[in-house]
Amino acid sequence: MSGGASADHFRPHRRLRTLAGPIFGAACLLATLTGVVVLAVLMLAIVAAALSGGPEAGAFDVGGAARELASLLGRLVSGRQSSDPARAGYHAGVVSSLWLLGLTAAIGIPAGVGAGVFLEEYMPAGRLRRIIQTNIANLAGVPSVVYGILGLALFVRAFGVPGLALGPSLLAGALTLSLLILPTIVITTQEALRTVPPSLRQAALALGATRWQVVSGHVLPAALPGIMTGTILGLSRAIGETAPLLMVGAAGSLLRAPRGPLDRYTALPVEIYNYAKEPDRAFQPVAAGGILILVALLLTMNAVAIVIRNRFRRRR
Amino acid sequence: MSATLATPPAATPAAAPDEPALQARGLRVWYGQSLALKDIDLDIPRHRITALIGPSGCGKSTLLRCFNRMNDLIADARMEGDVRFDGESIAGPKVDAVSLRRRIGMVFQKPNPFPKSIYNNIAWGARINGYRGDMDELVERSLRRAALWDEVKDKIHRSGLDLSGGQQQRLCIARTLAVEPEVILMDEPCSALDPISTARVEDLMDDLKDDYTIVIVTHNMQQARRVSNMTACLMPDVDAVGGHRTGVLVEFSPTDLLFTNPKDPRTEAYITGRIG
Amino acid sequence: MPAPPTTLNPTDPPPPADDPWGGQSRASAVAEVVAPVLLALCGLVTVLTTLGILLVLTVQSVQFFLKAQVGVGDFLLGAVLKPEASPPKFGILPLAWGTFLVAFGASCIALPIGLMSAIYLSEYAPRAVRAVLKPALELLAGVPTIVYGYLALLLVTPVLKAVLEPLGFRVDQFNALSACIVVGVMIVPLVSSLSEDVLSAVPLGLREAAYGLGATKFEVSTRVVLPAGLSGVAASFILAVSRAVGETMAVVLAAGTMPQITANPLTSVETMTTYIVQVVGGEASYGSAKYLSLFAVGLALFAITLTLNILSNLVLRRYREVYQ
Repeated sequence: MSGGASADHFRPHRRLRTLAGPIFGAACLLATLTGVVVLAVLMLAIVAAALSGGPEAGAFDVGGAARELASLLGRLVSGRQSSDPARAGYHAGVVSSLWLLGLTAAIGIPAGVGAGVFLEEYMPAGRLRRIIQTNIANLAGVPSVVYGILGLALFVRAFGVPGLALGPSLLAGALTLSLLILPTIVITTQEALRTVPPSLRQAALALGATRWQVVSGHVLPAALPGIMTGTILGLSRAIGETAPLLMVGAAGSLLRAPRGPLDRYTALPVEIYNYAKEPDRAFQPVAAGGILILVALLLTMNAVAIVIRNRFRRRR
Repeated sequence: MSATLATPPAATPAAAPDEPALQARGLRVWYGQSLALKDIDLDIPRHRITALIGPSGCGKSTLLRCFNRMNDLIADARMEGDVRFDGESIAGPKVDAVSLRRRIGMVFQKPNPFPKSIYNNIAWGARINGYRGDMDELVERSLRRAALWDEVKDKIHRSGLDLSGGQQQRLCIARTLAVEPEVILMDEPCSALDPISTARVEDLMDDLKDDYTIVIVTHNMQQARRVSNMTACLMPDVDAVGGHRTGVLVEFSPTDLLFTNPKDPRTEAYITGRIG
Repeated sequence: MPAPPTTLNPTDPPPPADDPWGGQSRASAVAEVVAPVLLALCGLVTVLTTLGILLVLTVQSVQFFLKAQVGVGDFLLGAVLKPEASPPKFGILPLAWGTFLVAFGASCIALPIGLMSAIYLSEYAPRAVRAVLKPALELLAGVPTIVYGYLALLLVTPVLKAVLEPLGFRVDQFNALSACIVVGVMIVPLVSSLSEDVLSAVPLGLREAAYGLGATKFEVSTRVVLPAGLSGVAASFILAVSRAVGETMAVVLAAGTMPQITANPLTSVETMTTYIVQVVGGEASYGSAKYLSLFAVGLALFAITLTLNILSNLVLRRYREVYQ
């Protein structure tokens, strides 16, 4: 098989192969864009639906449409739950969701970050740690409705023990959401801690710092951007969740916004769900407007998380 | 090989009396804004082993990858000047780099068998290139040629990843031989191998040079001395302002001459260990 | 801190009293002990969550089986679900079928699209395009599922009706196909981003080897990179199916609440998740057989998703072993 002499064993079909490549590449690009296109279509359809209740504006009257949309959203944020589509709004839902956001952050973030720090910085590697790690990975894949079942039995009913049961209260909802986002926060915290170089820990230890001084003074600050990204993503997931809240007693209709952690509550996505399943088409702009409020809130949170992460990446 | 030199076409002496397999003329390679290789003129002789040596960052791998257009795969790499293979230009967008790479094979620094069986590692390249002959026969022939057949003939359908590092590298050489190239480019093929495996690969190269033109990049001067007929020494030219390293060819001579009587003081400094 | 020689030689005079080094403070000594305990408690929460889920689901399921006088066999293999009938029928098969139908249909949409998108991002996309598309996909993954459910009602079902009804197919207001489509679109970012991670991790050397043999980009992508990352891609597929099985709100709004075993995707079905939400939202009183049945269905759902997740992890581990 000396070089060149027997090259005619090969029929490389270059024309065909040259053709297949770009076609496949273009198909793959198209597949990648479906998601983005769907999101665009989705938002357009929802904006159109939100506007469908108002006076007919010209198709190209963007300024008029924007003004109308703004006034609709303003009305929805301040309006109460109502069976009259013209007056219905999300006041109780927005207030409840902000309460849930705050409470879940207050409960879920310390617990999740704490668990992540413990596993990464304190727990010796071994069988037990591997088991806990696997357990957390599996928890991350448990459907949210199952967390709802857990919250229902544990927090709302407390297995029927009267003194412990929280009933359908904000706190029960926030505790359930905290458990739901716990695995996400633990995993991202661990990932962030792993990016901190061991030399930093060794440098601090060599100066005579205790383990906790190393962790709190050097490792945690260095890992903070990564941890923040993870917690914001986790929280935004919690705010968008509907199913577990339906399970732990978020009310479909609530006239008065909650004032404390033990009050009855609802949530923005829960109210959206209730308006969305109304057969009366007059509720369509209400549901669509609610989704716009929710998506705006979540996209802002997600974008902030992505910006933090990208800035952090660039610096390293 | 003869040490008498034909008239040099440029600063570099011509290598062999017959037509060179590969020729570079005024070759420059850019990575984005930085110049990686400057004004390389080089004739690679046919059916000989040519070694490219030089300290790290001198662009010897970059130069090697110009010969089979592997630099195309780096997004911001650009090539200027001319490279000829059997007298035909292989630079420029009109040349089909894919077809070229079948005729100019490459062996890499780290053994990189596909995660497939030994058999399929060999057969893969032949299949995509539309091989018409008897595949079993081709696999056996390639493995025999790479001096690997006796070691693997009983486990030909086991994963290529199960072999030792040295065997993996010979498998990669066999895989390259199977598509019947004319030139084999080797990018530090032994740097990840132990001395015994290295010796086997070097023996193999010596065996292959009657049929193939071989270009080897090595950081090991002893290896260059042992295996090659011709040696090209490259040096990085450090830009005083930006600190960019630009590779230049400082000397190209028959290997025994280059190591015993270097003409360029930079070559001498490098081979005596004062640079690099 | 005193210089080391003082401790080595006991006959030396004691260190001077005005040693400027006070040593670690008491507070930090306390923190050194308390912090790990508090952190360990946080870690314990993760374990307790799992135990809690298992405990709640099994205890309440046992109560259900006792209360409803249903055998486990009748529950798992019963083809009729009529909790209101007398005697009530608690067969989970219609729910299992609905879940399977939606997950299967969603996978048919999401797996090819997600995989192709992963191949594009890992093999074809120029760096600048990738830098835009990756975050865009992540944003998409952050859209709440209720939005996808609303999309089904607002857009997908009306479009299906407009297209299929003139052809003579009856399309229900709530139908499985609509759910398949929205859930499929929903899990595309998951498949795409997990598969892309796997494909990007395939060693560069393999690509170079293939190019060196004269392969085109298409051949390198589909015949080297994809086979090399196949088990990792499979792991991401399994995880996506698990997500589709556990999806609730998009399905509640799209597929409706009709527990039936039908091959017609244009009619309503009910999934396990939908049933659970339905029971809680309905009139069933606490402690009744119907109410307790949600825990048994929850246990089955949990078992299915857990099995899929563990399977996915095992497959992924095998992938990682190949490349250390």
